[in-house]
Amino acid sequence: MGKKLLLEHVDVPGINTLSVYRQKGGYRALEKALRTMTPEAIVEEVKVSGLRGRGGAGFPTGMKWSFLAKPEGVPRYVVCNADESEPGTFKDRYLMEKIPHLLIEGMIVSSFALGAKTSFIYIRGEYFYVARILEAAIAEAYEAGLLGKNILNSGFDHDCYVQIGAGAYICGEETALLESLEGKRGNPRIKPPFPAVAGLYSCPTVVNNVETIAAVVPIVNDGGAAYAAVGIGKSTGTKLISASGHIKKPGVYEIELGVPVEEFIYSDEYCGGILGDRKLKAVVAGGSSVPILPADLILKTAAGEPRLMSYESLADGGFASGTMLGSGGFIVMDETSSIVKNLYTFTRFYHHESCGQCSPCREGTGWMEKILHRILDGDGTMKDIDLLWDIQSKIEGKTICPLGDAAAWPVASAIRHFRAEFEEYVRKGHSIKDVKHYYTTQGLPEPAYS
Amino acid sequence: MPKVTIDDITIEVPEGTTILQAARMIGGDVVPPAMCYYSKLKTSGGYCRTCIVKVEQGSAKDPRPMPKPVASCRTTVMDGMVVRNKTSQEVLEARAGVVEFLLINHPLDCPICDQAGECHLQDLGYEHGKVETRYEFDRREFEKIDIGDKIQLHMTRCILCYRCVKVADQLTDGRVHGVINRGDVAEISTYIQNSIENDFSGNVIDVCPVGALTDKTFRFKSRVWYTKPVDAHCNCDKCSGKVRLWYKGEEVLRVTARKDKYGEVEDWICNDCRFNKKKTSDWVIEGPSKVDRHSVISANHYDNLKVLKATVDRQQLALPHGEKVGLGKGALDPNNIHGKH
Repeated sequence: MGKKLLLEHVDVPGINTLSVYRQKGGYRALEKALRTMTPEAIVEEVKVSGLRGRGGAGFPTGMKWSFLAKPEGVPRYVVCNADESEPGTFKDRYLMEKIPHLLIEGMIVSSFALGAKTSFIYIRGEYFYVARILEAAIAEAYEAGLLGKNILNSGFDHDCYVQIGAGAYICGEETALLESLEGKRGNPRIKPPFPAVAGLYSCPTVVNNVETIAAVVPIVNDGGAAYAAVGIGKSTGTKLISASGHIKKPGVYEIELGVPVEEFIYSDEYCGGILGDRKLKAVVAGGSSVPILPADLILKTAAGEPRLMSYESLADGGFASGTMLGSGGFIVMDETSSIVKNLYTFTRFYHHESCGQCSPCREGTGWMEKILHRILDGDGTMKDIDLLWDIQSKIEGKTICPLGDAAAWPVASAIRHFRAEFEEYVRKGHSIKDVKHYYTTQGLPEPAYS
Repeated sequence: MPKVTIDDITIEVPEGTTILQAARMIGGDVVPPAMCYYSKLKTSGGYCRTCIVKVEQGSAKDPRPMPKPVASCRTTVMDGMVVRNKTSQEVLEARAGVVEFLLINHPLDCPICDQAGECHLQDLGYEHGKVETRYEFDRREFEKIDIGDKIQLHMTRCILCYRCVKVADQLTDGRVHGVINRGDVAEISTYIQNSIENDFSGNVIDVCPVGALTDKTFRFKSRVWYTKPVDAHCNCDKCSGKVRLWYKGEEVLRVTARKDKYGEVEDWICNDCRFNKKKTSDWVIEGPSKVDRHSVISANHYDNLKVLKATVDRQQLALPHGEKVGLGKGALDPNNIHGKH
């Protein structure tokens, strides 16, 4: 069994209540931080821990915190990004639903470290029931004197609010989130300035993912060095993985970074193997926006090394033969799945979620969806595949926020690794008018194409 | 003062200057095109991505290149920065891509569009676009909306540059229009077809780079190249009163603000000057406006005829057989000269 730092007590009945959470050692980190540590010491511990942002980008949290501007007389804010919207990712919901106090403790400790008197948890609209759970937990914390004025007689005042968004993927982008939090249209801002300098209400702001903030609790409890001892290389600590797709045991798993991908998919401790013991076809390792990898490249790197669940190992080989850990949305596809159809679903999502602010993403995502729809309908041509490639290359890196990249990468990787499958669709085009019909003519469950 | 090198030309600029502004200081074709940036409007720019450039060297201190192309209108220069615009194939290709994206859902109805001849998207398309489209699907369409009795909004042509939103936001109180919906169905709109009622609302027409916002007092009256721009002023208690009158014969067809060579308004004007003063007697005439020789509007400038004739003669002499083709009777009649870009 791997070490669990966040979900250790997740199955304890009543862990969502303050009393049970405290019995299991909850709010120990807050007491330690307020009574024995200075804010600088906490930031230092987070730096030592090597914790990296768990929302997808993997930026070192300690460094992000140290960028926070600290002008006199200007409030600072800590904002928790709970707008978990990446398709294939559901770890934050699990954590907030089961152990809400872990997030709240992390929020108070982080805010103390950063000198923020107010913090916000921005949660996506679809998670309204989770917001109720968080609000109940916050009320409990206020009652116990863990939030509000003079917390634990330390002289530190802090207020934490839950804000429900209206349900938009783009509001998970940190500057769009801040716009939305301010009550405006959720359009990403043009950076610089970065939120660390001018964020919420133009004040210095740190925006962190739910899991990142929760991870601050074990770091303060056991020290940054102990956290850094878990994991592998620069991928320290544990990571929550949302496993879904054609696996026997889908769900949220806390893994020590560095577990081999093969072990993660096939061992009974984690996914338990492929549904129906079929063959693995492809894996999207970090949420829908990261490049898809075929079975051989996800299990082993291009150099033949076993691929590990870590930031570095998954990225090995760049985008030519690697992918990203992203937010940990691990989507497994077996031999019966169609890459083209799956890509269409992803692309339709990005088209729907583009904010429409900058032209490549606004126009390009819709164009790609239309072409993929045409290919799926059996009306595609070989030129369409090249056109798709060209469109994605004109979106990637040309947009204000990473949504353009997120829309481009799945298309690029699907064509890169599964071009034959697209060509197959085009070739069979004259005889297929819908995918279902095509599959039957192929005599499934044989692999459609490989 | 930081020094920046754009396309191998070095210039010293004040602190806080953006790459685009620095390029405009150099002038010429070093200047990247801009569809959404407007120097008179705060926080404008960054949306259309036509002004993207490559930063080959971030600064003298940190010489690393920037990994992605950046929007020159929103990127501040650093000392020792090296920028590539038209000398970079990568930038030109990326820009062609952006132009294609801007055009795929544009109706290309220039022949019936009032903006034709002074449309920035048209110019951009000529300079950076391709002859053929690769887009084979239905184009986006919207109903025309009247926002107020003098302004019409035709979203089908809009490229979502956000300039009009910023005008409404920054020039007047009580903003009533903005962007609704998202992605490729996002549209500029007022709340449930409200009209925009304030003294400076007409300026949204001037900032619109395309024919999405048009002056209803001028719609379909004339092509712009048949009108003759004349600078004029009046004593106005609301605005500077410095305007441009567009004449056809003796008649003032429309009044707009004066624009600089980047198509940006020099002084905002009020609706009274714009819509209600359409007689020569309302104005003190200053003289003909200077029109760029390359502009289609200059085709109407009679004093160009001599130059034009000389050019045509020269071109004809250079023809392979040295034949001189007669231009035909009345060819140089100003009313017969068609728009030449």
